[in-house]
Amino acid sequence: MSKSYAGSKGRYAKAGVQEYRDMGYWQPDYKPKDTDTLALFRITPQPGIDPVEAAAAVAGESSTATWTVVWTDRLTTLERYQAKAYKVEPVPGNPEQYFAYIAYDLALFEEGSIANMTSSIIGNVFGFKALKALRLEDLRVPAAYLKSFLGAPHGIPVERDMLGKYGRPLLGATVKPKLGLSGRNYGRVVYEGLAGGLDFTKDDENINSQAFMRWRDRFLFAQEAVMKAEEMTGERKGHYMNVTAADMEAVYERAEFAREIGSIIIMADLTMGYTALQSLSKWCHKNGMILHLHRAGHATFTRQKNHGVSFRVIAKWMRMLGVDHIHAGTAVGKLEGDPNLVQGYYDILRQQHNYPNPVRGIFLEQDWGYLPAVMPVASGGIHAGQMHQLLTLFGDDVVLQFGGGTIGHPMGIQAGATANRVALEAMVKARNEGRDIMSEGPEILKKAAAYSPALAAALETWKDVAFDFTSTDTPDALPTPTA
Amino acid sequence: MRITQGTFSYLPDLTNEEIRLQIEYIIKNGWAVSVEYTDDPSPYNTYWNMWGLPMFDLTDPAAAMFEFHKCREAFPNHYLRINGFDPSPMWQAQRVSFIVHRPPEEPGFRLHRAVYSDGRRIHYTLEPYVTQRPSGDRYQQ
Repeated sequence: MSKSYAGSKGRYAKAGVQEYRDMGYWQPDYKPKDTDTLALFRITPQPGIDPVEAAAAVAGESSTATWTVVWTDRLTTLERYQAKAYKVEPVPGNPEQYFAYIAYDLALFEEGSIANMTSSIIGNVFGFKALKALRLEDLRVPAAYLKSFLGAPHGIPVERDMLGKYGRPLLGATVKPKLGLSGRNYGRVVYEGLAGGLDFTKDDENINSQAFMRWRDRFLFAQEAVMKAEEMTGERKGHYMNVTAADMEAVYERAEFAREIGSIIIMADLTMGYTALQSLSKWCHKNGMILHLHRAGHATFTRQKNHGVSFRVIAKWMRMLGVDHIHAGTAVGKLEGDPNLVQGYYDILRQQHNYPNPVRGIFLEQDWGYLPAVMPVASGGIHAGQMHQLLTLFGDDVVLQFGGGTIGHPMGIQAGATANRVALEAMVKARNEGRDIMSEGPEILKKAAAYSPALAAALETWKDVAFDFTSTDTPDALPTPTA
Repeated sequence: MRITQGTFSYLPDLTNEEIRLQIEYIIKNGWAVSVEYTDDPSPYNTYWNMWGLPMFDLTDPAAAMFEFHKCREAFPNHYLRINGFDPSPMWQAQRVSFIVHRPPEEPGFRLHRAVYSDGRRIHYTLEPYVTQRPSGDRYQQ
């Protein structure tokens, strides 16, 4: 064909399919700008596909491209809107996989919209046939874009000021059984746990408003339990009231009721979706309510190392979108989570500036500007006997949630709560005194148990419990012991 | 009852030596030490009375211990707490707070429930029994 397709220049000279790398999506000399969003993908190309072409395809499909040349590209400054793959390197020890670095211009994303950012970066591209698998490993969000987000309604220091609790992890428990209790019986668990020494109790993710316990009854009985526990201890207490519902009208109705009856905190499930969560976060900003996020459903796309989205990216999005608490793993409990990677998630949630740390899975530097820190929550299969490990791994700014480890105590729920609180305070005290709690931990707990029968019983009941399984998602770099 | 505000309320009362070690921890972190006292232990009472200004740039716990002892002598029937304050960016907040002295008797709290006319919603008020007496006249046996 002699006639040109859309002009005489480069790729537009001819209609049809071209390689992505030749359409501007591969720019090995590109110097990322401070205002670019940088994404690191782990790509597994189909056999025979060149990794550079695969990386360029990811850049193309997550920004402007379609599968063939279109003349309408020429009506805009396409180069600005094209994502640019600028580096591809093999994944150490895994010949099938490559790390692809891709830069996105600030113009690409709507201000303050996680929904829009995710529609671009993890939109169509994850189903792209030329790739066997694709995983978004890390994201560097520029300060220019961060400034369009409000972030957490309160953040760690302000939440501590609201509660008047400083210098130790907060303690929580999820009410069990997850399903089937009546509102009144449910409130009993809340009261016993809080009066025994917990700071918070929690609705579980699948407690919304079922026929066996409607939300209004649960909220009222739980708030009675919270206030009664404040009377018995002279401390601030809270119950995370799960406001997750079928539609936003119902979510707001429940949130407003929680505020009216005096709750300091509400919770939502990740299953609500990014837009719904961001709306709820705005509501919490407006109403001075702490927002707790249960990451229900995340493991469907965060767990496999070769495909999906790393939890560290979800953690970044949630810090931007604006939650006060988010579940981020326990490392030692019953749920998936390599200890190094879990500490990496905690860094992402709590630090003002993240420097690359391959052992913790942090690939890209991230300056958080002044976006508030988020309190990570460690929940699932942890108990008082692990207190020295938990405090060493996570420090003070974390909510440690012992569900079974509180409610399953042989002397009752209050005793279970007290056991955890005594173990926690004894360990914090020892750490502050300069003792090496990782080696002396069991001894410190034993000494504390001498004046706390509740702790003694807890240590005896769960002495042999450990969840030692190999993690599915692990760092690509291993720690090198230093002499 | 025993009010459980502050970090070490579930442990036996701290000895002078244990208090000194905790002050040392605050100083080592570069935080300011303050001593506060009150005769209103409501968990909603944020502002306890300051025993002087927070002590900045301490290198030795001795000065803070001295102030704590003086405060305890002056207010043997009050609650005393020690705080550590961190001015660094992202914090600008308290990092440590624990009770170091409490009155011999702690009468506790009254939870008042006002039932509103819808019959469902309760409005709560939480009051320490001692605050029924004027400040300065509480905890006197």
